[in-house]
Amino acid sequence: MAVIVSTTVNGDDVQFACEPDETLLDALRNRLGLTGAKEGCGTGDCGACSVTVDGRLVCSCLVLGVEAEGREIETVEGMADGATLHPLQTKFLEHAALQCGVCTPGFLIAAKALLEKNPDPSEEEIRFGLAGNLCRCTGYDKIVRAVQDAAKEMRGA
Amino acid sequence: MVTLTENTLANPKERVTPTVVHNPGLAKEAFKSVGTRPLRPDGLDKVTGRAKYGADFNAPGQLVGKILRSPHAHAKIKKIDTSKAEKLAGVKAIITAADLPDLTNGDKGMYDILDNCMARGKVFYDGHAVAAVAAIDAATAKAALKLIKVDYEILPHVTDVDEAMKAKAPVLFADCFTEGVEPKPAKASNIAKQTEFGHGDVEAGFAEADVIVERSFKTEQTHQGYIEPHACVASVSPDGTGELWVCTQGHFVYRNHCAMLLGMDVAKLRVTSSEIGGGFGGKTHVWGEPIALALSRKANKPVKLVMTRDEVFRASGPTSASSVDVKIGVKKDGTITAASAELRFASGPYISMWAELGAMTSFACYDLKNVRTRGYEVLVNRPKSAAYRAPSAPIAAFAVESVVDEIASKIGMDPVEFRIKNAAKQGTKSSYGPVYGPIGIGATLEAAKNHPHMSAPLGPNQGRGMACGFWFNFGGQTCTDLNIGPDGSVTLTVGTVDVGGSRASLGLCVAEELGIPYNQVKCLVADTGTLGHNDMTDGSRGTFSSSMAGIFAARNAITVLRERAAKMWEIPVDDVVWEDGHAKATGSGHGNLAPLSLKEIAAAAANTGGPVAGHAEIVADGAGVSFATHIADVEVDPETGRSKIVRYTVIQDAGKAVHPTYVEGQYQGGAAQGIGWALNEEYIYGKDGRLQNAGFLDYRIPVCSDLPMIDTQILEIPNPNHPYGVRGVGETSIVPPLATIANAMSNAFGVRMTHVPMSPPRVLKALEAAAKA
Repeated sequence: MAVIVSTTVNGDDVQFACEPDETLLDALRNRLGLTGAKEGCGTGDCGACSVTVDGRLVCSCLVLGVEAEGREIETVEGMADGATLHPLQTKFLEHAALQCGVCTPGFLIAAKALLEKNPDPSEEEIRFGLAGNLCRCTGYDKIVRAVQDAAKEMRGA
Repeated sequence: MVTLTENTLANPKERVTPTVVHNPGLAKEAFKSVGTRPLRPDGLDKVTGRAKYGADFNAPGQLVGKILRSPHAHAKIKKIDTSKAEKLAGVKAIITAADLPDLTNGDKGMYDILDNCMARGKVFYDGHAVAAVAAIDAATAKAALKLIKVDYEILPHVTDVDEAMKAKAPVLFADCFTEGVEPKPAKASNIAKQTEFGHGDVEAGFAEADVIVERSFKTEQTHQGYIEPHACVASVSPDGTGELWVCTQGHFVYRNHCAMLLGMDVAKLRVTSSEIGGGFGGKTHVWGEPIALALSRKANKPVKLVMTRDEVFRASGPTSASSVDVKIGVKKDGTITAASAELRFASGPYISMWAELGAMTSFACYDLKNVRTRGYEVLVNRPKSAAYRAPSAPIAAFAVESVVDEIASKIGMDPVEFRIKNAAKQGTKSSYGPVYGPIGIGATLEAAKNHPHMSAPLGPNQGRGMACGFWFNFGGQTCTDLNIGPDGSVTLTVGTVDVGGSRASLGLCVAEELGIPYNQVKCLVADTGTLGHNDMTDGSRGTFSSSMAGIFAARNAITVLRERAAKMWEIPVDDVVWEDGHAKATGSGHGNLAPLSLKEIAAAAANTGGPVAGHAEIVADGAGVSFATHIADVEVDPETGRSKIVRYTVIQDAGKAVHPTYVEGQYQGGAAQGIGWALNEEYIYGKDGRLQNAGFLDYRIPVCSDLPMIDTQILEIPNPNHPYGVRGVGETSIVPPLATIANAMSNAFGVRMTHVPMSPPRVLKALEAAAKA
């Protein structure tokens, strides 16, 4: 029996109906049409489905859709401010921090959550902060550089 | 000869622009667009979540498809009872092999593909598909799978390549008699094929040697590990037409295969490739797509089929596990007198060419008088082995480059100098047959020798290793359209799937040829209804072949543009040249004619003959071979056996780096995959023949904190067969890491690791054995 869930996604109040055992990832993708978050594994090992719930970074494949009730969800679709990209999005493009791009939404959300907690991370802190997100294309080099560069710009340094 | 960019500068704008010092026989030397680093046209969609990957596509009224897979490694299917599942409300179609009749008409390769997509009478591995369901939603489809009863007769299985070759091993196919052996063997076996390569007299060569090293190696099975699971939406109509939206490295080949297996006309099946979330060879084979089409045909509705990660590991992709013997003989002065290798590759249940490719690539880096390699394709109860980035070359290089290092050390020679002395060069007859043109192995070795990494101090428990790698590269069938819009903007339409930024590179090449700014060109990947056949994006051919076709298409368009300008000016076309994006009148009497821009000619097209376009249909011959040298510093914890890469450098010949940042990305990505293979990744099978680690938790690919920055150096030894000197760059970077890291461990501890992955338990065991000795 489907449950009606009222929540906020990227600042918009929304309602969706989902099954009690349906993941937040499936609800976002299939009920709300927000396909930016990807399912790479469905077991919380790859981070491609990363979103934030009330500011906390989660794998949305490990969260139930009904748990979104009354929460604030942020996805990659909400990162840009209109036509203005978030500095992380800009730096990912400039540094070619993506090849296939399927892990990119998860990395952007995870990197944003990291920089909100730690605006001036060391390389090691970035590497450990992003260790829950798998990328098979880049070897992470350009991702780390993009995050370093974005952090610098966001600090106004 | 060459020098290029280092990836140590954080700001791309500060990086050195590649320059070609040496440019044999190449028409074009000065570039305006090629070699710059613009943003990719698909980038914005990929950082905002708009890009549509395989699972992001939906069709109205679509059903959900799910596949029932064998839990057994080897079994006869006695009966499949779908009656209960069919009665479940919401189930719209159930198929088994009976719904996919054999239409392959004696084509063994296609029959194997059919058999792999859906088992026909026997299952050959844990994960082999036996039935499939289409239902109104995922929950119903899953419930239906549980109601399908399959009656198996379990057969003895074999998953290890060496075990499978033994006389008493369970034989997978009673009609498998080793190909490539004369006379035909009397007895069926799991050795599907034997191949041999080489030249000279190997025995005589070994007799001349002062020192001989002979060793055996094993490598475990690894998966490409693309983050995006296989996904498609299939829609077949009662009139026999169909559409398929799918993540693939080659939608034209998927179309051809699916059309044959389903009995459809190629022209009536339109395949659109989605953005692809990684492939690395694993998306060059059809897996669930024919099943989705068959389900759709039976249900008469679109069917969406997305693999789970468990299915991806169990039933798609992996490269071969292997066992390899290598023997090399040298003179005291470092000259290799003879080299031989025997390579036994697990092929899964179907004949393949993976051992053959291993045998071809083994000694490709060297100039050898006497060389012989032999490959065995061995059938085992594991999933069908698939292409994985420079397939087989990393395995062969692990064994060969390990022995090369060891023998250099035995005669007291520096490993780089030893390789320089024996390196293949222009004119060398390669160990697999062809004579090389201009090649980069020597240049990468010289660059390694002079690289600061080579002389940097090492810390405690650290060792440094280096190794070389080779890949053929491929060209293949390519069809490209170039259309000029009424505003002078240019659409380049290609049929090679963009796996890592090739749309930017192809746009750069066409901008270069037309003499217009990059941002005036838009490159897109067309569906199969729009262009002629294109081979897969494999063999590092995407940028190589589609840029060649794109440049030729641009040249054809320039011919039209010149004709149009001549018409506008009312002068002979021979008096019109194309320079810097403009038609210019030459010769006496035309001095007062101001050049016409592409935009001006395009604007007048309606009155001068209609739309302006250029096309090219080619077989892109002459993909230049590719070489790389890698350097790694590895730190091993002697208590736990855990290894960490503390510094890594990739040096590789790109021919011409069209978009240097994306070339660096290919070098880094391949190195990272090789590092994972070297240290951690492996398929683990239980005694029951079942895969025990079908997930990213237990099959652990490198994460961000496992790796250092990966420095790159791009060399440019132009490929004379490409208008701009381009070689493929995507694959070679995965070839050297296994040996590079093994050599670093040997350097650190004097322990020769012969079994990949060099995981902590194996390293500890080797360290303990060395301590006792």
